[in-house]
Amino acid sequence: MKHYGAKTLLKGAVLSAVAAGSFATAAIADEQFFPLQSYRVGPYAAGGTGFFGGTIDYFNLINTRDGGVNGVKLTWEEGETQYEVERGVEVYERLKGRPNIAAWNPLSVGIAYAMIDRITQDRVPLITVNHGRTDSTDGRVFPYVFPLLLNPYSETSGIINYIASKEGGEEKLKGKKIVVLYHGSPYGKETIPIYELLKEKFGYEVQQIEVPHPGNEQQAQWLAIRRYKPDYVVLRGWGVMNPVAIKTAQKTGFPVDRIIGNVWSNSEEDVIPAGDAAIGYTAITTQASGADYPVLQEIVKTVYDGGKGNLEDKKRIGSVYHNLGIVNGILNVEAVRIAQKRFGNRTLTGDEVRWGFEHLQLDPKRVEELGAKGLFHSINVTWDNHEGDGLVTFQQWDGKKWNVVSDWIAPDWKLLRPIIEKSAEAYAKEKGIKIRTSEDADKVTELQGTASSAKN
Amino acid sequence: MESFDFPFFIEVLVGGLLSGIMYSLVAIGFVLIYKTSGVLNFAQGALLLFAALTFVSLLERGVPFWITFAVTLAIMAVIGILIERTVLRPLVNKPPITLFVATLGLAYVLEGGAQLLWGTQVHGLDLGIDDVPYVVGGVFISTFDLFAAAVAASIVLLLTIVFRYTRIGLAFRAVADDQFAALAIGLKLPVIWAAVWIAAGFVALVAGLLWGARLGVQFSLSLVVLKALPVLVLGGFDSILGAIVGGLLIGASEKLAEVYLGPFFGGGIESWFAYVFALAILLIRPSGLFGQRLVERT
Amino acid sequence: MTTASIPLPRPVSAIGRVPTWLLPLAVIVFAYAGIPLFASDYLYDAILAPFLALSLAAVGLNILTGYAGQVSLGSAAFMAVGAYAAYNFNLRVEGLPLLASIVFAGLIASAVGVVFGLPSLRLKGFYLAVSTLAAQFFVQWTLTKFSWFSNYNPSGVIDAPALGYVFEGPHGRYLFSLSVVVALTVFAARLVKTQTGRNFIAVRDNETAAKISGVPVLHTKLLAFAISSFIIGVAGVLWAFAYLRTVEPHGFNLDRSFQILFIIIIGGLATIRGAFLGAALIVVLPLVLSRAGTFLFGSYFDSGVLDMSQRILVGALIIVFLIAEPDGLAALGNRIARRLRLRSPTN
Repeated sequence: MKHYGAKTLLKGAVLSAVAAGSFATAAIADEQFFPLQSYRVGPYAAGGTGFFGGTIDYFNLINTRDGGVNGVKLTWEEGETQYEVERGVEVYERLKGRPNIAAWNPLSVGIAYAMIDRITQDRVPLITVNHGRTDSTDGRVFPYVFPLLLNPYSETSGIINYIASKEGGEEKLKGKKIVVLYHGSPYGKETIPIYELLKEKFGYEVQQIEVPHPGNEQQAQWLAIRRYKPDYVVLRGWGVMNPVAIKTAQKTGFPVDRIIGNVWSNSEEDVIPAGDAAIGYTAITTQASGADYPVLQEIVKTVYDGGKGNLEDKKRIGSVYHNLGIVNGILNVEAVRIAQKRFGNRTLTGDEVRWGFEHLQLDPKRVEELGAKGLFHSINVTWDNHEGDGLVTFQQWDGKKWNVVSDWIAPDWKLLRPIIEKSAEAYAKEKGIKIRTSEDADKVTELQGTASSAKN
Repeated sequence: MESFDFPFFIEVLVGGLLSGIMYSLVAIGFVLIYKTSGVLNFAQGALLLFAALTFVSLLERGVPFWITFAVTLAIMAVIGILIERTVLRPLVNKPPITLFVATLGLAYVLEGGAQLLWGTQVHGLDLGIDDVPYVVGGVFISTFDLFAAAVAASIVLLLTIVFRYTRIGLAFRAVADDQFAALAIGLKLPVIWAAVWIAAGFVALVAGLLWGARLGVQFSLSLVVLKALPVLVLGGFDSILGAIVGGLLIGASEKLAEVYLGPFFGGGIESWFAYVFALAILLIRPSGLFGQRLVERT
Repeated sequence: MTTASIPLPRPVSAIGRVPTWLLPLAVIVFAYAGIPLFASDYLYDAILAPFLALSLAAVGLNILTGYAGQVSLGSAAFMAVGAYAAYNFNLRVEGLPLLASIVFAGLIASAVGVVFGLPSLRLKGFYLAVSTLAAQFFVQWTLTKFSWFSNYNPSGVIDAPALGYVFEGPHGRYLFSLSVVVALTVFAARLVKTQTGRNFIAVRDNETAAKISGVPVLHTKLLAFAISSFIIGVAGVLWAFAYLRTVEPHGFNLDRSFQILFIIIIGGLATIRGAFLGAALIVVLPLVLSRAGTFLFGSYFDSGVLDMSQRILVGALIIVFLIAEPDGLAALGNRIARRLRLRSPTN
């Protein structure tokens, strides 16, 4: 029962969350509440603890170091979802009545989907950093949903652009053979048409092979790969499928440095179980890993040394999911800060925070001011582009840690935008949604978001 | 499709057979319990997770390999005895479905307990076997899988020896044949049950280590039972030989199907193919290939 | 499965002379008129919605497993078939009323149920149970594999249509679910009292004897699969349309099937009200435990530790319950009722 000692570290964080819960009804001014649908149990617990740990660590940093965002304290409460949709819905229903909600951050496509209609009615933003519904990039149709930094289509384009740069130019892609090994789930299948689309453009050959969930057996797939003799294998994996893929690749003699992982195949948890077989494996990411960035140093100094760190295992500070959580924290906090510039340094409504996200423009200079230079590149969200043109980079596993091996690479947004718009417009038609204009986006409800949910 | 690539066919077949052995290892744990107490023990996957997680956590704390193995085995034995005492004994003579649901509850307890004790981190497990392929006449064979097959063979051998030549083994067979008769001649059922749960714990540990080395030691380890179930249906719930043969058949047919039939369905058919295949065989032999004929009492 | 030891719901109610239909009627009246007086959005959307959907699924499974004695581990697959079929009828057949879509969806689920019920003609016990897993995995694979089912939505997750008419908002959705559940439960309760219901029980208790006494065994088994799958399919529609309001194949996984099996075992096999009692326990207990845990220990442990402890506790409670009351909550209720009756002065 080694937890007991370590858990006291958490006491502060949890206490403040509980306090927020119990006293928030008294409507203390100048607080901004973040309901967190976290998952610290079940098959994806490792990702959940890292991500939510990172976001909470950053919130704690802002509260401790700056006394909140311009004096507005950040509060939060966690609800365990185990990554299951119905538990996520239950947590949503439980916490949606809280005052001062800034934004939701579920880190689960399934839960996010179930919430789109609900949060749209509540007028509270829903953040799906690095994942989520691709066509929610189109802010004209999805005013409250933000797949920040990278949607699945951009990820695909980023990977292909990286392969091109490795081969020495786009024209070199012609005739190359690529296999996409994808998880047998809606998530896994989502990018199939995009690889086909890019094939038309670049003239490579592609074979897309499914691995049935959970992916603990891949002998057949890798033998098929061996026969096809591709130049690259793109791994669009999830959970246990990733280490098994890397191990089976070794077993069937496919070189690991020719495997490129997608954004859910890029963490320590995906490579450590594969052991030495993973040395040389490369994966896409929107945020570098490691703890050398000023913002992480401050988190270690202010939060962890103050006994408030959220990660139980300090070795995980600076890991991929932890850093994603920190970047997610930065994006949430900066959206609040930007919105405060227009609406004043006070508690904002969900809709006001939405406006903040729609003006979340952090150039590399601002990112450096935040102590995150090199951690992530920049973001440029507008009212109709809710992804915000995130750049990607590639990291290689050396057996101990990830090392960045590429520049920041831009996906081909221009090529993808029409497809996204088409899909979003179809959704708008199906649901009878009026397509927003920039004037609509500038109108902001000053009512607390939850007030409108009564007629839901 | 180009002309038939025979070495490739052999490669898929051998790979499938070796994967099948890994399924058999999990299945054997089920068989042991089912044979003596008529329980389909769904907690076998959780036992496997528990064993592997305990093992790897001790190993990471610097305990030497064999001591870790012994300690984990001892812990599994204690758990086995506890299960017999607290779950099985009070539920004796209850309908099989009640027992089955009880093992589902048990799986919750074990999964929760393992993760509460050791955390939810994902661990790598290196058994010191380099998995570089072995090339025989252009056919790739995995060293690790060969090792796993050897381990499975030794376990079967060990179990056979124990059942054939020891008193407890004899008692075990008596119970498996006829519980009431065994009881009538004065065999102590609880002792035998406890012994069987310990044996199942041992099999879980070995299977957990081999699967853990393949997948990493993490929650998903408990999902390997889904690979073992069709093996059980095919081989019969109460036959160790059936578990081995069933595993080989399922492994080989599943891989061949994925490679040769998969493309016609768009791939990924492995998730259900094994079940459908087992079902097809069952329609011809309703108690599996080696299972005892079921008495008309379900 | 020997379920013969379980007493069938005898027409006994808590107070001796009151007719048996009165208690269910009182519950229905309370559900329509009483609950809305105090229910919050949270109660409607987070507790009653899943409770009603799972209760209905359990009523369906109970017909198959409790009454007809065929164990199925594929309930979630039939829920998925129902949900996807209703979505597609609603989407593709212009002007079809939602209720008709739901009925057709039930029929499709029923047909699929019969197909996967065919092995029951040859297999028994766990062999049958495990072979129903084929349905579980095959259905999930099909729904993920062929994008047509999700209307080529790139993410494969689809939005359920609004229920329309007066069934908007938490209260409206509740009324909708409640009405569907009441209608099908009344149907199930009537069914098990008819000749068909008696045939189910005969097949369950002793197949050979049933055959000798002229029960068409094969036909009866398939009928059980058909009716059960119809009800479970409709439960899947409620789950997707009235509760989650999205449809995705992952939500109908093996854990869901086990959950429904838990419900009928804990509630009581071969009882209608057992399905509701069991569902109440399985839906509400984890929530209560998690809220109580957060309230009592939230300041000492993080949510992960609490949730793991809760998992252990739920598992342990299931085992304890099976030991203490193997015939389920319904039997427990009966016993309490009987004891009350003995004590009451009117007797």
